[in-house]
Amino acid sequence: MIRLYDDLIIQTVCRIMIPLIQLFAFYVIAHGHYSPGGGFQGGCILGASFILMVIAYDINWMKRRFSEKKNILLIALGVLIYALVGVLCILLGAEYLNYGILHKIIPTDSVKVRALGTLIIEIGVGITVMAVMVSIFLNLTTLGKHEKGEV
Amino acid sequence: MIDLDFIINLFIIIIVVIGLFFFFTATVGLLRFPDFYCKLQATGKGDTLGAVLVLLGVVVYILKEDFSFSTILVSIKIFFIIFFIFLANPTATHALTKAGLDSGVIPIKKEDLKK
Repeated sequence: MIRLYDDLIIQTVCRIMIPLIQLFAFYVIAHGHYSPGGGFQGGCILGASFILMVIAYDINWMKRRFSEKKNILLIALGVLIYALVGVLCILLGAEYLNYGILHKIIPTDSVKVRALGTLIIEIGVGITVMAVMVSIFLNLTTLGKHEKGEV
Repeated sequence: MIDLDFIINLFIIIIVVIGLFFFFTATVGLLRFPDFYCKLQATGKGDTLGAVLVLLGVVVYILKEDFSFSTILVSIKIFFIIFFIFLANPTATHALTKAGLDSGVIPIKKEDLKK
């Protein structure tokens, strides 16, 4: 179905660019210890790729790939990862989010396990930020109805 | 006298200055052109070519300073940026133009310029 605001050039270029944007977002999340970036920034880029999908195609096209239910679940999942790592540190006998203590259950030394704990936290933050960005965008542009195709 | 280092430096300077010239013309076009579509054309073309030329100069500069694995990696990343700009900038200009046309921005006519 071809609608009024469809555009072949924009849709084709977005088809090429959206995977590149998502790959770059994962790079920003995973490389956050050594270079500018981190969970929040990578999550924003990842959310922007889904927003680009909505702008270039329409909401229903995106929701077939990434439904509202999955979106809400991902919001909770990111916070759950964050909190579970923190509480795990308390259970092993250190402060909240003191990753150094995790070497009791992960068989590496204390310095490497600290970087690994930071990476897990960043992944959780990134998932939550991405899902919340998409959720805010959908709610604002459709006035909370989530049904109109053309924004 | 004239050696390879001098020639490469000259090449870098020329390519970056040409890129800056394109940025300058894009800015002048943005400030001085009469209507939306003319301004968009000036910035869309000038910014793309200017950014690509400046980044090419940066790549040559990095590789001239130190030709090793890490600098080759950095130059590949800059080539990704060039590819992205070359793809995204004209498309964004096209999207803006189409949005303007769809929402009823009227292009300027020759008669309007003579007033």
